[in-house]
Amino acid sequence: MSDVKKPKKEIKPKKNPMPAQDPVARAKNFNEVALGYSKEAVIDEAKRCLQCKKEPCRQGCPVEVDIPAFIRLAAEGDFAGAIAKIKEKNALPAVCGRVCPQENQCEKYCTLGKKHEPVAIGRIERFCADWELATGVKIPEVAPPTGKKVAVIGSGPAGLTCAADLAKLGHKVTVFEALHVAGGVLMYGIPEFRLPKAVVQAEVENLKKLGVDIQVNSVVGKFTTVDALMEEEGFEAVFIGTGAGLPYFMNIPGENACGVYSANEFLTRTNLMKAYMFPNWDTPIKLGRKVAVLGGGNVAMDAARTALRLGAEESWIVYRRSRDELPARKEEVEHAEEEGVKFAFLTSPVEILSNEDGWVTGMKCIKYELGEPDASGRRRPVPIEGSEYLMEVDTVVVAIGQGPNPLVPRTTKGLELTKKGTIVADPETGATSKPGVFAGGDVVTGAATVILAMGAGRTAAKAIHEYLSNK
Amino acid sequence: MFKILEKQVFSPIIKQFVIEAPKVAKSCRAGQFVILRIHEEGERIPLTIADFDREKGTITIVFQEVGKTTTQLGQMEAGDYIRDFVGPLGEPSHIKKFDHPVVVVGGGVGIAPVHPIARELKRAGNHVIGIIGARSGDLLFWEDKMREACTELLVTTDDGSYVRKGFVTDVLKEVIEDKGKENIAQVLAIGPQPMMRAVCNLTKEYGIETVVSLNAIMVDGTGMCGCCRVSVGGTTKFVCVDGPEFNGHEVDWHELSRRSAIFRPEEQKAMEYHNCECGSGCGGAK
Ligand SMILES: Cc1cc2nc3c(=O)[nH]c(=O)nc-3n(C[C@H](O)[C@H](O)[C@H](O)COP(=O)(O)OP(=O)(O)OC[C@H]3O[C@@H](n4cnc5c(N)ncnc54)[C@H](O)[C@@H]3O)c2cc1C
Ligand SMILES: Cc1cc2nc3c(=O)[nH]c(=O)nc-3n(C[C@H](O)[C@H](O)[C@H](O)COP(=O)(O)OP(=O)(O)OC[C@H]3O[C@@H](n4cnc5c(N)ncnc54)[C@H](O)[C@@H]3O)c2cc1C
Ligand code: SF4
Ligand code: SF4
Ligand code: FES
Repeated sequence: MSDVKKPKKEIKPKKNPMPAQDPVARAKNFNEVALGYSKEAVIDEAKRCLQCKKEPCRQGCPVEVDIPAFIRLAAEGDFAGAIAKIKEKNALPAVCGRVCPQENQCEKYCTLGKKHEPVAIGRIERFCADWELATGVKIPEVAPPTGKKVAVIGSGPAGLTCAADLAKLGHKVTVFEALHVAGGVLMYGIPEFRLPKAVVQAEVENLKKLGVDIQVNSVVGKFTTVDALMEEEGFEAVFIGTGAGLPYFMNIPGENACGVYSANEFLTRTNLMKAYMFPNWDTPIKLGRKVAVLGGGNVAMDAARTALRLGAEESWIVYRRSRDELPARKEEVEHAEEEGVKFAFLTSPVEILSNEDGWVTGMKCIKYELGEPDASGRRRPVPIEGSEYLMEVDTVVVAIGQGPNPLVPRTTKGLELTKKGTIVADPETGATSKPGVFAGGDVVTGAATVILAMGAGRTAAKAIHEYLSNK
Repeated sequence: MFKILEKQVFSPIIKQFVIEAPKVAKSCRAGQFVILRIHEEGERIPLTIADFDREKGTITIVFQEVGKTTTQLGQMEAGDYIRDFVGPLGEPSHIKKFDHPVVVVGGGVGIAPVHPIARELKRAGNHVIGIIGARSGDLLFWEDKMREACTELLVTTDDGSYVRKGFVTDVLKEVIEDKGKENIAQVLAIGPQPMMRAVCNLTKEYGIETVVSLNAIMVDGTGMCGCCRVSVGGTTKFVCVDGPEFNGHEVDWHELSRRSAIFRPEEQKAMEYHNCECGSGCGGAK
């Protein structure tokens, strides 16, 4: 036994700061906000890692990326090694490094985080992924063809991951996507300034290099059905990754007034259809001077920040609970605040008012207070009687959540659903009640996260491979 | 990419394309529509499937040039390619055998979407009375096809330049008076919103069930954005997935017409931009 302690490593208490566009400038453009680490910064940040034997950070990652290992390689400047390590578990690192809610996942469990700021795991991951995209992605080896055909419905993170894994195993994969581009929410929902569309399309291109056939403009449930794919088109297994694309509304009077958008419409017009480039691009979007976004999640933050960029003078988040309960990523809330988004907490509209032409003029709102915690552990908002007041706004974006689109479930025989309309699937395998049909991502869990959808796609790919091998 | 196989010009603003789209042709049914996008920067616009040929794998669309996208579409020629073409979307028409004759009314470019429904109704054994009308004779098309699709066909023009003078509602009223309201099982009307609304006002007086096909503004056409929402019988419906056909007597026409006008100034701007010949490369030439 030795009493000589190792000299204690000097720990930098704070993360290397993320270079970002100036808030005033960026609130007027759609360029990416967070610019990414330099090579020096990433190595410096990676050196903050203590290389803990117990790897607590890893348990926080839904797909258990080998965090200490990839960070060690990054600290040595071996980015090729680091990205290979990440990709063992995470098929979309350039995406996850940008949009994972790290403060609730990997970084939440980081040892450093007990006394200091945790290691910036997501930022290091992003750097490695961007480095690979810039230097040329190595296309992994594809197993010899098995002669088996698999259909993947939906090209969000769940579908893309499932397709990639199955293709690597030698299966012939066809992805059917309803929209005219692949990527799901990554393309139509999450804005350009947070996740550049070129990054997503680079991942889609890599998938094509694995031999995956991506058929856009293909709405399953309309031009064909899951049953027809299996019985008539020779697909031996199907993965359903159709996401949670059905927008919820508040069901309050006045919601169909002109100037009321669902977040999906607002973001789709802007991101997918590039309305911010109108009239160079043909799809318009229209908003007034004062925009109210209802909700407090990532979707709401994205809509509120988008509104500023489209020229709104004021952009408000109207949220029923208080700041502490905001479900959005912390970084997004901070970014929104820096850019000038305003918050009306403990507030909810009961009616949307409009003028004689049908355009929104304001919202009748009611104030809330926080009561006892509910089933989710969050304190339940309770309306305060007689607290109604008028909030003058001329555009309203409803961002209170989404459910699964019923097109596929409704047209597939023998698919068990929950009351909420999500597909029932075994979390270990993604298997549904229908033999040969698997599902994962938001269509199973309800609106969740990119990394969970990706993990579900990966789990299902493994199970589909087993299913096909034993068939 | 989707090839335009044939182009026919019915009038300077009404044109017909036959488009190669085997996947759509294989499964589409009367009453459904497609969404297309001409080029990379293009808008997604819905157009009804006016006819189809499953064997040849083709879809026929007929459209009226009302704004930038339809005008640009009208400038395309046989042999050109449309970038995106997705369908069939929407619920098919409910085709069944009625006990009494049914009346189908097509106004203006609405004649095209009425056609496949009339044909199916007749195939199902119905006595189908067709009424088609346009502002003037030179804007009228498909009289022959409609004559074939219906049991009897009545034609009218607003200005009297062809066959007779009168609105489709005038003719409809005569038909109802002539046959007796209890002898008409259903009226189906497709055309501009004011025309569908007028038909509904008329048939409501007589208490005749009336189906209309709504043309709300759309983006995705799959139930994802809610842009196409409309109040029907006091509840909100999405035209793209719950429709496009609804009970015309329950539609909130006032709301629909306001929502259809949301982007009017922008549409005008797009048109001006499209027509710009300043030579600065501003996009007008595109
Ligand atoms: C605005 C916004 C911001 C978000 N921000 C974050 C974030 O910062 N971090 C994070 O982790 N998560 C975020 N999320 C959540 C995350 O994007 C989703 O959880 C994830 O994309 C779900 O992946 P998925 O593959 O299950 O479905 P999706 O990404 O929804 O993809 C489903 C795909 O299936 C297609 N499809 C649907 N029906 C059919 C059909 N019938 N036929 C063919 N194709 C069909 C759809 O068009 C779509 O492309 C955000 C979501 C939104 C909307
Ligand atoms: C289910 C459905 C079926 C249709 N079928 C036909 C058809 O068979 N033939 C035909 O000529 N027209 C049809 N329309 C209408 C057609 O979609 C519009 O004329 C077209 O979108 C106009 O685009 P634009 O850019 O040329 O004109 P714009 O200048 O953009 O618009 C002119 C008017 O068209 C309507 N419109 C604009 N954008 C859209 C949109 N994305 N979706 C729906 N309406 C819009 C608005 O009321 C607007 O005021 C249909 C519409 C729907 C919803
Ligand atoms: S995938 Fe997400 S949770 Fe996992 S290590 Fe990367 S950033 Fe953290
Ligand atoms: S917990 Fe933090 S410090 Fe420890 S290995 Fe993981 S990232 Fe490094
Ligand atoms: S067009 Fe988007 S929901 Fe109907």
